[in-house]
Order: sequence, then C-alpha cells, then structure tokens
Amino acid sequence: MFDEAPAVTSVLTADHISKSFGSVPVLFSVSMEIHPGEVHALIGENGAGKSTLMKILSGFHAPTSGRILYDGAEVTLPPDGAAETLGIVLIHQELNLAEQMTVEENIFLGRELTSRGMLQSEKMRTLVSGYLRDIGVDISPSARISDLSIAEKQMVEVAKAISRNARVLIMDEPTAVLTEAETELFFRQVERLKAKGVAIVFVSHKLSEVKQIADRVTVLRDGQWIGSQEAETLTPDAMAQMMVGRELSDLYPPMHEADVDAVRVLEVHDLCATDVHNVSFDLRRGEILGFSGLIGAGRTAVFEAICGLAPIVSGQILVDGVETRFENVASARNAGVAYLTKDRKAKGLLLDKKMRPNLTLFSLPKFVRRFGLDVAAEDKALERAIRRFDIRTRDANINVGEMSGGNQQKLLLAKVMESDPRIVIIDEPTRGIDVGTKQQIYHFIAALAAEGVSVVIISSEMPEVIGISHRVVVMREGQVMGVLTGDDINENEIVRYAAGLKRESKG
Amino acid sequence: MSDVTASTDTKVNWMRIDIKTAGPAIALILLCIIGFLLNPAFLSEGNLTNLLTRSAFIGIIAVGATFVITAGGIDLSVGSMAAAIAGVMIIIMNSAMETLGPGLATVLLGCGCSILLGLGAGWINGMLTTKGKIEAFIVTLGTMGIYRSLVTYFADGGTLSLEFAIRGVYRPVYYGSVLGLPTPVWVFIVVAICGWLLMNRTAFGRYCTAIGSNESVAKYSAIKVDRIKTMTYVIQGLCVSLATIIYVPRLGSASSSTGVLWELEAIAAVIIGGTVLKGGYGRIGGTILGALILTTIGNILNFTDLISNYLNGTMQGLIIIIAVWLQRGDWGKAKANKS
Repeated sequence: MFDEAPAVTSVLTADHISKSFGSVPVLFSVSMEIHPGEVHALIGENGAGKSTLMKILSGFHAPTSGRILYDGAEVTLPPDGAAETLGIVLIHQELNLAEQMTVEENIFLGRELTSRGMLQSEKMRTLVSGYLRDIGVDISPSARISDLSIAEKQMVEVAKAISRNARVLIMDEPTAVLTEAETELFFRQVERLKAKGVAIVFVSHKLSEVKQIADRVTVLRDGQWIGSQEAETLTPDAMAQMMVGRELSDLYPPMHEADVDAVRVLEVHDLCATDVHNVSFDLRRGEILGFSGLIGAGRTAVFEAICGLAPIVSGQILVDGVETRFENVASARNAGVAYLTKDRKAKGLLLDKKMRPNLTLFSLPKFVRRFGLDVAAEDKALERAIRRFDIRTRDANINVGEMSGGNQQKLLLAKVMESDPRIVIIDEPTRGIDVGTKQQIYHFIAALAAEGVSVVIISSEMPEVIGISHRVVVMREGQVMGVLTGDDINENEIVRYAAGLKRESKG
Repeated sequence: MSDVTASTDTKVNWMRIDIKTAGPAIALILLCIIGFLLNPAFLSEGNLTNLLTRSAFIGIIAVGATFVITAGGIDLSVGSMAAAIAGVMIIIMNSAMETLGPGLATVLLGCGCSILLGLGAGWINGMLTTKGKIEAFIVTLGTMGIYRSLVTYFADGGTLSLEFAIRGVYRPVYYGSVLGLPTPVWVFIVVAICGWLLMNRTAFGRYCTAIGSNESVAKYSAIKVDRIKTMTYVIQGLCVSLATIIYVPRLGSASSSTGVLWELEAIAAVIIGGTVLKGGYGRIGGTILGALILTTIGNILNFTDLISNYLNGTMQGLIIIIAVWLQRGDWGKAKANKS
C-alpha cells in the first residue's frame, strides 16, 4: 500500500498521445505530466499542436492513439466540455460567457440551484461572492458581463471553474489581451489557486511571463514533444530556441538609418475625436513610427479617426502636405493609407471564407475587369501572397478560421498590402503569434520601410516597439505625452511617459 | 509546390460545390418523377409552361431576396409592396387612358411608374435599416403593414380593376409568348441570369457576401457597408416591380388580398436553395430551383387526388423544414471534419 501511493504524483497525464485530422497528423506521441498545485506552461510556435493537446486533455478531441491518465487511472474523457464534471476545465481564449447575463447567472449557468422549481438567488449570490473573494477580485455578482473589462471577464471564467471544483485548469493564452497591471493581478490569482492544489496549464507566447509564473515548461514543435523542464533552469532565450529549433539572434532586423530630411507624408495637428484629445504628430517617408502606451490610451482611436472609421471632432490632417479628411475607409485606401486592425478575428478576416476572397476584399476594385471580377488575377495574387508572406496551411482550401493565428496575421498583412499603400498603420502586428512568425513580420516591416513605405506600429509589447521603430510616440489617456528618438527609446523612458510621470512640454 | 496544391484544391472545390448545389436540383428532379408517376400529363408541354409561368412571380422576387438575405438583411414587405405597386399602376393607367388613350403609351407609363415605385420603396427600406439603424425585420414589418393598408385604402376596401380597353393591350405581357415560351418565363430567365452574374461575377456580389459574413470586417475592408446594403433593398424593390408588371395583366386587378404571403414564399425559395438565412452565403441558382420546387408541389397536388389540394401549404412547409434540416446535416459534417 504505502509503496504504491507516492507513485501517483500527477493528476492528469498524457501518455504518448498522437492525433491526426483526416490524413493530416498534428501530434506525434506527445507526453505531458501535470502535477497538482503546479503551474505548467505549454509553449510552442503557432501550429505546433498546443491547442490540439489542450483540447485532448480536456476531452474536446479524442486522441487517435495514446492514453490519458487521470489520478493514475486510464480514462476516456467525455466530449464537449463534459470533463468539467470530473474537475478538468478548459478556458477558451474566446471567453465563453453569456454577455447579457450577470456574473452570478453565468457562474451557475446550466446548474442553477433550485428549490421546488424556483431559483435560489440568495444562496447562489452568497456562493458567488465567496468564489470571487477566494480569488481576490472585486466584482459584483450582479454585474452584467457586457459591462466588465476583458480581464474581469477572465476572472469570472476562473471563478466559474472554481465553482466546479476544478482540479485541473487549462487556459489558452489567458494574458494575451491583458494589460501589464491586469496580468499581475491575474498571476496573483493563479498563485492562490496553486496554493489550493489546483493544477494550472497555460499557453502563452510571452516567454518572460512564462519564466515568471511557471513551475515547469513543456515545449512542442511541429507536433513533437521537445521537452519538459523546470522553469528555473530555462531562460526566455533558451525557451525560444527550443520552440524554434534554431538560434533567434536576429529577432529584430537591422535598422536602416532614418532619413531626417525625408518628406512628411502624414501630418496630424490637434486631432480631437472620441477618446482622442489634441493629438499631433508627423510621419516621414520610409519611417517606422512606433505608438506606445497602455491599453486604452487612445492609440487605435487616433488612427481609426484618421482612416474614416470614426468621426473626427476637430483637427487638421495633411497627407503629402494637402489637407485631407477621409470620409470612409475606401477613400483612405484610394489615397494609399491603410489600417490593419488588431482584432483580426472580429474585424480583420472573414473566418468562414477561404483565403482568396479574404485576400482581395480590401482592394477588390483592382480586380474588376469590365464590371466583372477577374478570378484568374485573384488566384495569381493569392499565389504571390502565399510566397511573399510565407503563408503555410495544410490545405489551401480551408476556411481562414481554421488557420493558425500566425498564418491569419500574415494573410491579414497580405490583404492590406494588396492595395499597395504608401502609409500603412499596423495595430498590434504580432498579437498572439509565435516567435518565428514575429521575426518574419518584423523583417517584412523593415523591408517595407526600406522601400519607402511609411509604417506606423501600434504595439503594447515594449520590446517590439523599441526593436523596430525609428521614433516612438507615447500616448496616455488620449493625449501624446512625448516623442522619443534615438537612445531615448528604452523601456524606462516609455514607461515614465505612459504612466504620466513625464510629459514633453508643448513647443 | 504551391502549383500542385492549387490544382488539387480546385478539384476538391468542384466536388464540394457539386454536393451543395445538387441538393435542390435532386429534390426538383424527384418531384418531377413523382409528378409523372402520379399523372403522366404532368410532363406535358402545356403543364410545364404553366408551371414555369406560375414560378416566375415568386422566382423573380426571390432573386432580389437572395441579395438582401446574403447581405444579412431580410425583407418582409415584398408581398404588400407588390400589391401597393399593382394598385397604383392600375390607378395611373386608368386615369392616363383619358389623355393617352388605351394604347402602348399608357401601359409603358404604368410600367415606368411601377419600376420607380419599386426602386423607391426598396430605397426607403434600405435607408431606414442602414442610416436609421433600425433592424431590417422591424423596418420591413412596418412597411409591410403600411403598403398593405395603402392598397386597401386605394381600393376603398374592394378591388381596383384595370379598364378593359387597356387590358387588351397589356394582356400579352402575361399571356403572350416569344419563341414558344411565355413572356413571364423570359423575364424570369433574364432576371435570373442578371442576378447570377451580379452575385457571382461582380465586386457587388462579393461585398454582399462579406457584409453578411461579418459586417465589421467589411467595414474595415473599405466596403461602403450602408450603400451596399441599401442597394440590396433597391434590387429587391426592382424585382418586386418587375414581378408586379407581369402579374397585373393576369387578373387585371389588385385588392388587399393581392400578393399575400409572397414574402414568405420568396424567403422559403431562397432558403430551400441553400442560401443561409443569417447571411454570408448566397446562391441565386439555388433560389431559382427553390421557387420551382415550391410551385411544383402545388402543381402536383392539383394533378392528383392522393392529397387534398388544401394541404398545399402543409407540403410546402414540410419541404422547407426538410430542406433546411438536410443543409444543417451537411454543415454539421463539414464542421466535424474541420476541428
């Protein structure tokens, strides 16, 4: 008896799991042990098989071969999220909450407490307050989900998992859309859960975070298990190397010198719009201009107003020295100004369509010949884009929604570049994509600038802004706090401006 | 390498399209076989032309509805719109007879007014949904009531009748035929071809699909969403006016019972044809087949004593539900393969 008991140390184990979709193998004999009370990071490039593995561990997919062990016993997990009743909860990246219902209603959705057919609202409210207190968040149980921030919604998901007595909590990129402060709060909650003995598996592309919070790290590459190691023994660089399988010394491309005498292609004076107050800046030909700041600082709002996506209250916009007001996206596009959204799933791509209609949608007038669409030209454009942007899919005929995030981002980039813009605004160019693809995108942006295209990069990832920008504009609460150049472009300076500790006096 | 994948892709693509298009076509062929077995006269030339002529009204309206639905909208007002347009046409032609006489000019004036009214009514529906930001269901529910009551008001609760002298001139538009096919069938064919080209071969069709698929993406992709959506309602209005032009000479009258439930038949034809009700995927060819299927059911019931003719609505309802159920099954399978 006593000899056997300690042998069961892992709560959930994947034992030589393989998975194929149709004839396409996605996972090759992957093993992973999840211990109670540990934070286990699962990392790998897009398409490495992380999502598939998570779905197998939570019963959403059945493995093609291999075994799942739960508390040391082989099990077949029930499909469609029914594994929650066993204590294995998967929190999807697209949170699964009913927007119009309250926190309390969501947490008890589908297993409401009733007495003689009537809801026991009081009892549920008390319980929900308890759960929320447990993870240390200050949300009212009667708050409507649609009124909460993304971070708070995530907390509700976590509370929901706790209410189901989750023993294994699997999270798909929980921090991808959180600000740094929210991430800190989230990590504190993760620590609490860990202390209660909950095993936490999470996927992240932010390797510094992985280093900070994870106890162990499992790396996948191309569906293969590369290794599981103590997080202490790994540096973020070493993790990146394991993921990519090669040295990543040149994540950021060499920067060519900015030409300070280049013509100003875009000048904005005292722009006012929703969440934008008196914003002024200029953009030179062939320049990469970074926009940094906290989430909600109004960076996206500035460019949505410029591109005709949001109304302008006042201000002056000069394109090539000529005062311009774009009434809609089409007129901005015709003038050579293109905006690439950060929300590729909701605003960027038609997920239920294939690559071709997505690629040409933004520049469709270019493909019209005598009132009809030139499908042959569209096909050629797609072939070109696939080559130029190195878009990899297992089947060129799948819907875009089934492509990996990195490939979707490349397609979105290709879609916008298809209109041959002279000024391109890229909002969060690498959100939720892996290191290898990031590198490709950075090199592509640098090459664009070298060709004379002016690029604006809006990014919440500071190393990225610092790594590729010639100049950096820092915004806070809808205002420009300062413009950094040269050696001033470093994390310290950016943070001080972004946090409002420092502000350039207006000249 | 990319060349190789590209060529196999198109092959797979063709096969997929085949399965999807085949559904309504197979259903129509089955119906025809059943019709023939029940009564060989079903396939007689006379019955077939009759069947095609009858499908023309719903078919033409349904082509317009395909655009509206593909772009994520819905138009419930088409039946009432047809009645109102028919009423106004008759009033205009009757009063123009005194000055223009019962000639071609009067009929052309009537038709011209019909088209203007159709375009205008569609434009109003479109502007209210886009600029007014009211849901299409509500807008067209409202205009449906308005148009219906207008025709009742014009007819003073009774029937508006076209003057006999004009009927003689106008008659061939419904009863006449060119090259052996009745005129309404020709109009149907032309509308169908134009609709197919517009949907599948132009930027406009692609924009409708994009808007129905995801309006935000469309907006960020430099598509003038409001304009395109309004255009779909204008096209719908034009189709209604064309259907009305060929409908009026059939009975030579309009009343509050003209065009009742046409909106539902048109929507049914669109859905049976494989267009997705929530938008983003439209098939004109399917819509044509859908309209033919609906008319064929009624026609077969006329030909046989097996099922009472009064159960026409029941049969149509069953076909709609079965058609959508079959599509669902297909979608579900595709989804399971994906994930």
